[in-house]
Amino acid sequence: MIPLLIAQFGIVLFVFVMLLSSAAVMVLFERKLAARLQQRFGPYLVGPWGSLQPLADVIKLMFKEELRPAAADAVLFTLAPIISVTAAFTAFAVVPFGAETTLFGLIDEPLRLQVADVNVAILVIFAVASMSVYGIVLAGWSSNNKYSLLGGLRASAQMISYELSYGLSLAAVLLVANSLSLSDIVNGQSGTWLGFIPRWYVFLQPIGFLVYMTAGIAETNRAPFDFPEAEQELVAGYHTEYSSMSFAMFFMAEYINMVTVSAVATDLFLGGWHGPFLPESLGWIWFLVKVGAILFFYVWTRWTLPRYRYDQLMAFGWKVLLPVSVLNLIATAAMVLYFGL
Amino acid sequence: MTLFYVFGAVAVTASLLVIAQRNPIHSVLLLIASFGALSGLYVTLDAPFVAVIQIIVYAGAIMVLFLFVVMLLNASQETTEEDLERRGAPGSPAATPGLKVFGALLALALVVELVWALTRASVGGDFGEGSVSSVAAIGRTLFTDYAFPFEVTSVLILVAMVGAVVLARRGTPGDA
Repeated sequence: MIPLLIAQFGIVLFVFVMLLSSAAVMVLFERKLAARLQQRFGPYLVGPWGSLQPLADVIKLMFKEELRPAAADAVLFTLAPIISVTAAFTAFAVVPFGAETTLFGLIDEPLRLQVADVNVAILVIFAVASMSVYGIVLAGWSSNNKYSLLGGLRASAQMISYELSYGLSLAAVLLVANSLSLSDIVNGQSGTWLGFIPRWYVFLQPIGFLVYMTAGIAETNRAPFDFPEAEQELVAGYHTEYSSMSFAMFFMAEYINMVTVSAVATDLFLGGWHGPFLPESLGWIWFLVKVGAILFFYVWTRWTLPRYRYDQLMAFGWKVLLPVSVLNLIATAAMVLYFGL
Repeated sequence: MTLFYVFGAVAVTASLLVIAQRNPIHSVLLLIASFGALSGLYVTLDAPFVAVIQIIVYAGAIMVLFLFVVMLLNASQETTEEDLERRGAPGSPAATPGLKVFGALLALALVVELVWALTRASVGGDFGEGSVSSVAAIGRTLFTDYAFPFEVTSVLILVAMVGAVVLARRGTPGDA
């Protein structure tokens, strides 16, 4: 029998390692999928099916020289990628990814597959997302490079604008769920309506889900909203001056943020680990399937839609997405009040 | 209690460093660190909601605006007293000799006010056991007992915003 504390540490370590490797897996997944969408093969030389390509990339990045522009602000230049990657890892701490388990009888008390069950989990995710802006802004500013600065400014303007819609779509879900804790929200989605429709909040909050997914793309700075690093205009945006592992940290943060946004979407809208055919204890398989499906959707979107213009992005965020999410919130509140959901 | 000292030390040190920095961007970041430490203190006081709101509102939203303004104004180095004196700029201590005295008087007034307020402040309200940690309880209190102050505060902020827009606007209305 393993004491609960050690099991808890085990989960922390597990989540950390899984997030690290998820970044590597996502890089390969994205490159392979992008290649298939463009009728190419993608990486196929390193390892079977190109599966060792991320490892080769990591080794290459580690042996690159760490460069810093002479006029850069040394402290902030070093700090910026650390902030980015820390925020990315922190956000996942409150995301539950499976039902309570005893790990096949290894521990006495059932343990929730989650690093920390905070009762304000949704707000924690929101807070950490607002912290991750600093990594990008500081990277852009401290590089002392016009492209970096523009990229950083664009990133922060974009993230601040879309954070509002993101937050309001989360608020609509918590009205329906009547809880701020993610594990309570997932547990509220067990069972079915009429015997075959799963009680997922995506059916109660279809508009909220769309707003969340759109704002999620903008929050993670992905195409078609990847202005911070629009290569035709800004070289590489905020990380133009970064090389070696500090560049890798930004890269990793971007992919981990994608995974977190997908995992939160799964917990909020797609019923988390609940699903048919599998027992509760194997619910994490459903969780992985759903997160994988959303990540596939993200990659698919990236290679389908061209990048918008910057003013279009801002106009869309403030004049379409925000009013829609406000109306959705008001309508949800009225429905909850009327039907007493 | 150990956590209290850790977070308290971080908050105090960061706040002191805020005013000791030459570079305003570093000041902004240290202020964020101080807010983070305050948020940690709220968690130890069993008020996770307040802690998270502290991060979202202050460290997240307001400080990003600060950072923006500082970056866009490109105020990379503080203008020192000697610079102003050399240039004889209006508003420098050289141009207005009474300024230092006035500043000292203001600081004194602030200290007196703080001492007066802190010695008379009533610590602990009638919120009841465990209610600070419950979002529902905070919401209910805010929208029933404290609804009027809450709304007045929001009107106050709105007035400040309108004022800023009016001041920033150049020319007569209609040419914009």
